[in-house]
Amino acid sequence: MSKVKEKYDLILKKAEEYRKSLNYTEKIRIRVGSATCEHAAGSTTVYEEFRKHIESSGRKDILLEKTGCTGRCSCEPIVGIFVPGKFPIKYQLVNREKVHKIFIEHVLNGKIVKEYVLDQAPDSCKYHVLMCDGSGCGGALESGIRFIFEMKLEEVGFTQQDVLLTSIGCLGFCTNLEKSLSSAQILVRPDNVIYKIRTAKDVEEIIENHFRNGKIVERLMVKDRPISQRFYNLYGDVAFFNKQTRVALRNAGVINPENIYDYIHYKGFLALSEVLEKNDPDWVIEQIKISKLRGRGGGGFPTGIKWESAKKQKSEEKYIICNADEGDPGAFMDRSMLESDPFSIVEGMIIGGFAIGATKGYFYIRAEYPLAVERIENAIRECRKHNILGNNILGSEFNFDLEVRLGAGAFVCGEETALIHSIEGERGQPRVRPPYPTESGLWSKPTVINNVETFANVPPIIVYGAEWFREIGTDRSGGTKVFALAGKINKTGLVEVPMGTTLRKIVYDIGGGVAGGKRAKAIQTGGPAGGCIPEKYFDTSVDFDTLSKLGSIMGSGGMIVLDEDDCMVDVAKFYMEFCQDESCGKCTPCREGTKRILEILKRITEGKSTEADLDKLERLAKLVKRTSLCGLGKAAPNPVLSTLTYFKEEYIAHVKDKKCPAKRCRSLIHYEIDQGKCVGCTMCAKNCPVNCISGSRKEPHVIDTLRCIKCGRCFEVCRFKAVMKI
Amino acid sequence: MCKDNAQTTQLDTWKEVEAFAKRTLPPHVVEFIEEAQREPHPESKLIKVLQLVQEHYGYLGKTQMDAVAQLMQIPTAKVSGVATFYHYFRLVPRGKYMIRICLGTACYVKGAERVVEKLKEELGIHFGETTKDGLFSLEGTRCLGCCGLAPVVEINGEVFGQVTPDKIPAILEHYSEKTD
Repeated sequence: MSKVKEKYDLILKKAEEYRKSLNYTEKIRIRVGSATCEHAAGSTTVYEEFRKHIESSGRKDILLEKTGCTGRCSCEPIVGIFVPGKFPIKYQLVNREKVHKIFIEHVLNGKIVKEYVLDQAPDSCKYHVLMCDGSGCGGALESGIRFIFEMKLEEVGFTQQDVLLTSIGCLGFCTNLEKSLSSAQILVRPDNVIYKIRTAKDVEEIIENHFRNGKIVERLMVKDRPISQRFYNLYGDVAFFNKQTRVALRNAGVINPENIYDYIHYKGFLALSEVLEKNDPDWVIEQIKISKLRGRGGGGFPTGIKWESAKKQKSEEKYIICNADEGDPGAFMDRSMLESDPFSIVEGMIIGGFAIGATKGYFYIRAEYPLAVERIENAIRECRKHNILGNNILGSEFNFDLEVRLGAGAFVCGEETALIHSIEGERGQPRVRPPYPTESGLWSKPTVINNVETFANVPPIIVYGAEWFREIGTDRSGGTKVFALAGKINKTGLVEVPMGTTLRKIVYDIGGGVAGGKRAKAIQTGGPAGGCIPEKYFDTSVDFDTLSKLGSIMGSGGMIVLDEDDCMVDVAKFYMEFCQDESCGKCTPCREGTKRILEILKRITEGKSTEADLDKLERLAKLVKRTSLCGLGKAAPNPVLSTLTYFKEEYIAHVKDKKCPAKRCRSLIHYEIDQGKCVGCTMCAKNCPVNCISGSRKEPHVIDTLRCIKCGRCFEVCRFKAVMKI
Repeated sequence: MCKDNAQTTQLDTWKEVEAFAKRTLPPHVVEFIEEAQREPHPESKLIKVLQLVQEHYGYLGKTQMDAVAQLMQIPTAKVSGVATFYHYFRLVPRGKYMIRICLGTACYVKGAERVVEKLKEELGIHFGETTKDGLFSLEGTRCLGCCGLAPVVEINGEVFGQVTPDKIPAILEHYSEKTD
């Protein structure tokens, strides 16, 4: 046995012993979400409250744990209750009062508190069958297995209360299979068993033996533990999650992010041990190339090629940097990964460092993410303790260490050359490329910079295979992408789907559609550097290339859903304000251009523009795009250009008719009271901050539009819908 | 805390300058700088040093920045260049409670603008200003990454989600009462 393998087994043994000592199989576990978003929603109080409850109950068989965030933001805090042999139950929007009820009824007396269950997931069935529908293996639907299953269940008289069937994203088996349409994988909850089914006879056997008699059918059981098994076992009943494919977020909400043994138990550092045992950087780079992993920070540059070009450089010192300066407004997937699964990013960085021959790595994290910084620092400390960082990692010849550097709030530092300057202690201004950082980067040494999500994908590629990863995505881009879904959507949160999934699926199937039953108008992707994609293109499959064809970008993966109440000119103005403020001022097109574009947009939204402005706006935007020095300036006009392309009529309405169709731009609207509807309740007059509403009790009121400051207060407080926005 | 006239004190020798700089900065910052000097690329720690100084005093005063420049042997122009470049640094003292309202996209479309107005109205200050009683400072901030809870307001590290203008007075009261 090699030295690395020996060392790894030793650590693995330690991890298993630790878990054994906690006696998981006999204990009830309460897991409370713990991340910035969870904390904001009140999860620390919830945690404290559970601790007190456990203490006063005197029970020794209840474990209280922390876990990261799963990404179902609008339902946080989320609490999971795991009773051995029972379905894992998750509760949403937990607060102090709910803790009491959950603890008394569920934890102590085994009765699920149905009204608090996350997304009202079904819980009354005896067995829950999750059928893999991944495109890689044919899937249960395509192969007809689902149909056979439904038929056979009906034949023997099983209802949904006995066995519930659900289609899910992808279990992650793809390459272990001969690709055929005649087999399907299913996961049976709560037993957490995976079967591979080929024929109708297999289905019969499972129904008879497993579902009727509670005996697991060993013959059909799959011994491998695919990447998504653990996640689906925990969250397979929640519609928001079971249509996703979790690779980068495989451990989010599954492990305790502060415990290295938890990570090791779920194949943590297995990839690193394989890499160090093979001791061949070229093999690693080859795997990354085969996987078609592309940089998740936005540019989409093939990671394997980047690593290869850094490896080729002859230099004593090389550096690898993790870009965790997630500055895009509306994107929070990196924060979630740093907070929920810090070890996997550390592991990805060590593997990357080994591949290019670096001895030192830097985490560049924004100071606005204190918890992420804390968790990464903890992960680094733990890794050093277990010889996963430092000299002779896992007994190999490889020396590597990591250091955290904090960003200080400059959006432009997401640009790689600016980021390097910032680590060097300078003002974060970009420089001309080439030379690219892979040739001359940090302290003029070859440097690779990758995004958080890119690194999170590296360990699974090594463990589960590059082909498997490639199969998940599209022809030109392997794997999945995490999107941060926010804005006017029912279910805000993190969504990880295979590359090539359509926008419609993300917004409607996973996100649950637009809030308040309104119509989606557009999706803004890629943050301030991206564009707005109108509803008619929602069937586009999402990929780096398809999005850029539509005039937007993938960016780091922010997705803001806009509905009919959002004014596209106003949205463009919002992003331009952001870019103008964040422009570092080094190059003229960006520094001056963004300022002038913003002035024009302001004129338009204030109703002071002429038609010539539209032409000027377009020419100026194109000029800035063409001539700016770095990505910030090059992409800053995207929101303007894309809205000009797809929503020209809104611009024209502002300019020509001096009207804002979405009634958002304050200068172009005014408020009136419908004399027929007003009952004279005086509510509006009482609330008006400038006292411009007159009228006596029980008489229709009138707004003095000259004095009105258009704050909209009357519109909100009127209970008779008598105040009109015109 | 910071006396700008300290600059006028006659400091002739490096020893005096060094001693003065060390007196000016909190001990843990001096220690951090000394440790950094022993490692390669000490100048790269400038941002971290300034962050430590700001954490201690709440802002970066001119005297402190000069002391950092002296101890780290970095031109004062560069120190102030860095301090003015990044949004994180403040050059004027701030209130006891720092109110930061997220100006990210998700918060914007969910009505952060109106929350901003309400805050400005209640406090009687604009962005970057501090109330006369020294209690509250107001600042717009980059996306805090809690988009699911938009609009978001953060006060001294405590995050409030789904804030509406109506909730503002109660939130402010909670803090102003704390001091009584």
